Order: sequence, then structure tokens, then C-alpha cells
Amino acid sequence: MESTDKTIIAPAYEEDVLIEELGYDDHFHDHHHGDKYQSNFVTTYIFSQDHKMIAKQFLITGMFWALIGGLMSLVFRLQLGFPEESMAWLKPVLGKWISISEAGVGTLAPEFYYALVTMHGTIIVFFVLTAGLSGTFSNLLIPLQVGARDMASPFLNMLSYWFFFLAGVIMFLSLFLSTGPFSGGWTAYPPLSALPQASSGSGAGMTLWTISLVFFVVSVLLGGVNYITTVLNLRTKGMTMWRLPLTIWAFFVTAILGLLSFPVLFSGFLLLIFDRELGTSFYLNEIFVGGQALEYAGGSPVLYQHLFWFLGHPEVYIIILPAMGIVSEVLSVHARKPIFGYKAMVYSILAIGFLSFIVWAHHMFMSGVNPFISNFFVIFTLIIAVPSAVKVFNWISTLYGGNIRFNAASLFGIGFVSMFISGGLTGIFLGNSAIDIVMHDTYFVVAHFHIVMGVAAMFGMFAGIYHWYPKMFGRFMNDTLGRIHFWGTIIGAYAIFWPMHYLGMAGVPRRYYSFDSFETFRHFGTMNQFITIAAIIVFALQVLFVINFFYSIWYGKKQKTRNPWGATTLEWTTPIRPGHGNWEGKIPTVQRWAYDYGKDGKEFIPQILPPQEGESEEVH
Amino acid sequence: MMDVAVNKEMKGRNKIHPQKFALYAALASIMMMFAAFTSALVVRRAAGNWLEFRLPDIFFYSTAVILLSSVTMQASYYYFKKGNAALYRTLLVITTVLGISFIYLQYQGWTAMYDIGLPLSGGPVSGSFIYLISGAHAAHVLGGIAVLVVALLHAYILPYKATPRRKLRFEMSLIYWHFVDFLWVYLLTFFVLQS
Ligand code: HEM
Ligand SMILES: [Cu+2]
Repeated sequence: MESTDKTIIAPAYEEDVLIEELGYDDHFHDHHHGDKYQSNFVTTYIFSQDHKMIAKQFLITGMFWALIGGLMSLVFRLQLGFPEESMAWLKPVLGKWISISEAGVGTLAPEFYYALVTMHGTIIVFFVLTAGLSGTFSNLLIPLQVGARDMASPFLNMLSYWFFFLAGVIMFLSLFLSTGPFSGGWTAYPPLSALPQASSGSGAGMTLWTISLVFFVVSVLLGGVNYITTVLNLRTKGMTMWRLPLTIWAFFVTAILGLLSFPVLFSGFLLLIFDRELGTSFYLNEIFVGGQALEYAGGSPVLYQHLFWFLGHPEVYIIILPAMGIVSEVLSVHARKPIFGYKAMVYSILAIGFLSFIVWAHHMFMSGVNPFISNFFVIFTLIIAVPSAVKVFNWISTLYGGNIRFNAASLFGIGFVSMFISGGLTGIFLGNSAIDIVMHDTYFVVAHFHIVMGVAAMFGMFAGIYHWYPKMFGRFMNDTLGRIHFWGTIIGAYAIFWPMHYLGMAGVPRRYYSFDSFETFRHFGTMNQFITIAAIIVFALQVLFVINFFYSIWYGKKQKTRNPWGATTLEWTTPIRPGHGNWEGKIPTVQRWAYDYGKDGKEFIPQILPPQEGESEEVH
Repeated sequence: MMDVAVNKEMKGRNKIHPQKFALYAALASIMMMFAAFTSALVVRRAAGNWLEFRLPDIFFYSTAVILLSSVTMQASYYYFKKGNAALYRTLLVITTVLGISFIYLQYQGWTAMYDIGLPLSGGPVSGSFIYLISGAHAAHVLGGIAVLVVALLHAYILPYKATPRRKLRFEMSLIYWHFVDFLWVYLLTFFVLQS
């Protein structure tokens, strides 16, 4: 690897000169044995321990799941938008889940509708927006941006990916069960999740769902331990915490949230597994199924909700924080301006992280929680709006007066801010228990979290992919296609989710297979058709993205300079295609914070550049 | 102004070894899992319909055993550093035996619970919680015993030598063992206070 690269970049890069001069030698290269991470095909592409390869594995697996999850949503959207149309043409794919009447009209089985909604939620939340987002970018950027050769434990890092992969395989298998995958919603509330006989997906489907998620929890924990340790212990010289790029701060706090909240989910699952397999009654009370009284007594389903949402709410921040970090970095680089309010950004990440642990019951205002206790959660929930608003203000101020390059990366960054504002505002509606009592379980909630989490986090991910694509593959994605992707997706996403607010305010409940028997909702038929059509278009645009992504790996425009965006951070000081170990010779040391853009008349000053004669003080 | 001089000062950081730090992070995570179990118990208990009972005494004996094992483990580490290979090895064996006895006593505790009419399932949920929580704890002790077995293999197969690498390993095993001990004391105190 190294030798080929050396020949390409024969004229020394100024980065190399600087690193040679100021960097420090960690004896990475042993002259007798070469690179200490020697590798063959299997250890390079499959059981790789190189954080950059693991990042790509997370990304591509995440993309696979995004397509599956997206396709599922199209199927249930067809049902909602065009309930009268025949779905017979889907029979070859969905098999017995489409039943064909004598007249040849195909209908989607209601159980399968629920299974699709459940799988869509589970897949997107965990596999795409947690593993695909945090897994990809924490892996790619933490070592590169803090100046480390790799993660603290490359081996555990590799395990983290393979546990995720295994979780995926198990979930995928559950799609082919004759009783169908789990169908009780991504939150898996008991009794549907606790009683194998409760619904068709509650048996084997739920068993596989649980096993899959247990593996997933292991993956998150292994990754998280590694990310935290790397950020705290493996920073290069001069990289103080206050010089970390905001990406790293975001990944760091994300990992802490994961490490503290996923074990709680695991506990919740363990109680569930006991109820399912050993006959305990943690979550189950006197229950009749099919007119038969079961033996359970004394359990409380609300207990599960507490355990689930104690993870569930931090989880939504586990999803959004990495996107926030990525957007902060991308906006600053492409606006050619330092991020506005760096310290305020860090403190608000910390505040959000902390507050996210004490608001979980805002998902439970309707579960019979004492209304006085609800008040406590209302107040903390609304307080989260403060650090969130600080961040929004800072992003806008970063853009303000900037010399913005409008490329796919920065557009998705700006789109993120737009989506985060729209979805955050509806969060404040829902955070008031008095309003939530009416809005809970309606399409208003669906609109809220799809905009603020689904779309915004995806946008952060796209911004990151377009921006760091050259770092991953040494080539660029096609920017024109990228901009088409952006404009189509942002318009389309608003077209899908904006109307859902009105559906919700009119009381249309979420998770209904059909609204045939509700006279009041009849006139929403066209609105639902409109949403479905928009969803199909948006999905088509994502296919365009995927094509652009894979095409560019081999045929994209080649990256010719090391630092194509003119960014300050360390990842752009490595060779264009860095080998395992990231830097060929010494490790660079850090001389300044990550946001010296437009300082003292210079467009940007890399972090490795020492302070110059007469340079003004570092400002944050 | 920050300059190279400041960077040199930072040379001495990394006071804590990354692997040890990672271990602490993992322990925090395990702690959260047990915090979730015990909070679940509190929440469930507050909902009423809760049977109070006295924990079988065996659980107190097992506590004494695991506490003692922490002491012997610490002593073994002390002699490991001091260079007394014989005591280091013997104390490690004693620790392992105590660890296994702890598991055995916990098992006795569960049978005792069963005998007084508190089965895992089909009985009052307050009993199920004890099985669940002490069972999850025992699983972590089993993990600790596995670590001890590895430490024993090192102690008896490798020639005695207190290298930094082996010292680190020992310290990590020690931290984990103290942790499962402390965890049990916390859980027991919690059970007692709850009834
Ligand atoms: C100002 C900030 C926010 C507030 C006040 C807020 C408030 C709420 C409330 C009260 C609910 C419960 C609605 C109900 O079920 O009746 C909710 C649901 C939800 N929120 Fe937010 N939210 C905020 C930001 C976010 C963010 C940033 C994300 C994710 C990135 C997010 C993701 C979700 C999800 C996934 C759900 C629904 C889960 C489900 O029931 O399936 N929220 N939000
Ligand atoms: Cu929430």
C-alpha cells in the first residue's frame, strides 16, 4: 500500500514536511517488518481491523438496510394511499401476504401491514440511523481527527461490526418466517411482545427480533467503549479537548449515551425474555387470550415502557447528535467560517446529552402516569428546547455572511437545519402533556419524529457522505446528481410529512391498516394518495443516490489534492488513500483549534500549522 | 498563545492505560444494567400487589464468601508485586475456590427460595425479581471466574515475572473482581432495604 502511494505523491506535500518537522515518532514503522498491520485479502476487506474499512462496512450495510426499510414503507404507503387498488402484482415478492380474491384483486394481509411498519421502524432506527450513522462516522473520523493510528482496540471494533452484521442477518431471517416477523411496533410493548400467542408475529418473529437486538446492543456497547477510550486516551499531542472538532465531541457524547442507555434496554429485554421463555410475570397481568385466562398475575406492562423509553429517548439523541456534529463541521468548512459559538456548541451537546436521560416519560403521558409526575417531565422536556435552539442559532450564524459553497454536502447540512427546526417545533407541542394527550398516537407524532429524526438525521448522514467520500474512496461523488438528490429529497420530504401534521390534528391515529370504517377521515383519501406518491418519488431519488455512490467508487472524479475542501482538520493531512495506521511517517501534532477559517486574512489554517509570528490569539 | 512548548508538557498524559479505561467504561455500562433492574423493582413495587418476604440466610453467607475473596485477590496482587510467587499463586487459587463457592451458595439460596414457596415463575413477582437480579449477577461472577482461570494459567504456566503487561492484566482482573463483589453488596443491601 505505502510504496505505491509514495510513488504517486512523489513531490513532497507541505503537510508531510510539517508532520516530519513537528510530528512525533511513535515507531509505527519497524524497518525490518514494515507496517505493523500487515494484511491479506480477508483481513483487509472482511475481518478488517482498520477503522476506515470498518466504517465503510457499517456504511454499506446501513445503506442496504435503508433500502430494505424504505421499500417496506412504500408497500404500507401503497396500502394507505390506494387501499382500493389491487396489489396482486406484489404477489411474486410478498407471496402469501397478498391474498387474491376471485375477481383477481390482491389485498395486503393486515398482519403483514403491521409487520412491515414494525420492521420499518426497527430497521431504520437501529440499523440505519444508529449503526449506519454513528457506526460509520465515529469509526471513520475519530482516529483520523484526533490523530490516532486506529481505535483503542481495533479487535473489539471489528467485533462491533460483526455483531451488528449478525443482528442484521437474524432480523433478515425473521422476514421469511411463515408466521411473519414481529408486528407489535418498533417499541415492542407487552403484551404483544411478551405473549407468544398474542399475534402471528409474537411467536418466532419476536424471538428472532429479541435475539437480533441483543446482538445489536452488544455491538453498540463494544463500539461505544472503543470510541470513548479513543477520544480520551489516544488524542495526539496538542489535541486538547477544546481543540477537538465538533464531530468528535458529538460522537463522544453519543457513545456515552449509548453506553449508559443501551444496558437499560438490555435489562428490559431480559425481563421480557424471562416472561416469554420462563413464564414469569414481570410485564404480564391477568390476561385473556381467545377467551382463555392465562396464568400470569401481578405484572406491569408500564414497567416495560419505562425501561424502553429510558433507552428510547437517549436513543433519539444517539441518532441526532452525530448528525449535528457532522453538520457543524460541514457547514463551517463550506461556509469558510469558523463555527459560531464553539464552546456553546460543546456545552449544548453536553446539556442535551444530560437532559435526554430525564425526559423519557414524555412518551408515556397516556400510560396512566400520574399527571403530577408528568409535569416534571414536561418541564425537562421543554428545557431541551434551549440547548437545541442554541445550536440552531449557531448554525445559522455560521452560515450568515459566509462565502458558502453550495455543493451537495453543504446543501444537506443546510437542509438538516431546516428539518431540525421544523421537527423541533412540533416536539415542543408534544412535550406539553395537555396537548400530547390529544396528539399522542396520531399522525402528528409520526410527522414530528420523521422530520426531526428520520429526515434530519438522514440529511446529516448525506452531508457526511458527500463531504468525506473522498476520504473514504479517494474520489468524489457526482455533485450535480447530489444536488438533484438534495432538492428532490427536501421538497419531497416536506411533501410527505407536512400534511401528516394536519392528519394528526384531525385525530387520524397512527398504525391503522385502514380507515374505511371512519366516516370522518374519508376526505383525507386524496391527501394520503399525495403522500404516497411523494414517498415513491423520494425513494426513487435515494436510488439515484445509491447509484451515484457505487458508480463513483470506481468512476468518480479522482481526488488529486490531499485537502480538496480546504479544511483544517487532521484527516486531510494523511495520504489520499491512507493505509492502515493513517500516517506514513510520524503522527501529526496539533497546534491550534479546528476552526481557523478566514483568520488574519488567510482562507484557512490547518490544525498542524504552528502559530505564526504576530498571529492573534486563539478565539473560540 | 499555544505553542510547541505547551505540547511538550502534554507528553506525560495518558496516566491511565487505555485498556483499563475501557474496562471502567464497560463497568459503568454493567452498572447501568443493574441500576435498571433495581429501578424496575422499585417501580413495580410502587404499583402495589407486592409480597414481602425475608431473604434466605444463605445469601448472607455467600456475601461473606465473596467479600473474603476480594481480600484474597487483593493480597495475591500484593504478593505478585512484592515478588512472592508462592503466596501469589496460592492466594489466587483460594480466590478462585471462593468464587466458585459463591456461585454454589447462590444456587443454594435459589433452592431455599423455591422451598419456601417462591418459585421463579407462577409465584409472586417479588420473588422472580430476586432470581432475575441475582442470576444476572451470578452470570457476571462466572465471567469473573473465567478471568481468574486465565490468571491461574498465567500464574502456573508462565515463569514468574512481574512485567508491566502482566501487571496490567492482573490489575484489570482485580478491578473486575472487586466490581462484582461490590455489585453484590449493593444488590444485597438493596434487597434488604426493600423488604
Ligand atoms: C425540542 C425537542 C423535542 C421535544 C420537546 C420532543 C418531544 C416529543 C414528545 C413529547 C414525544 C411523544 C409524543 C407521543 O408519543 O405522544 C416525542 C416523540 C418522538 N420524538 Fe421527539 N421531541 C424532541 C426532539 C426530538 C428529536 C431531536 C428526536 C430524534 C432525533 C425525536 C424523536 C422522537 C421520536 C422517535 C418519537 C416517537 C417515538 C414513537 O412513539 O414511536 N424527538 N417527542
Ligand atoms: Cu423522547
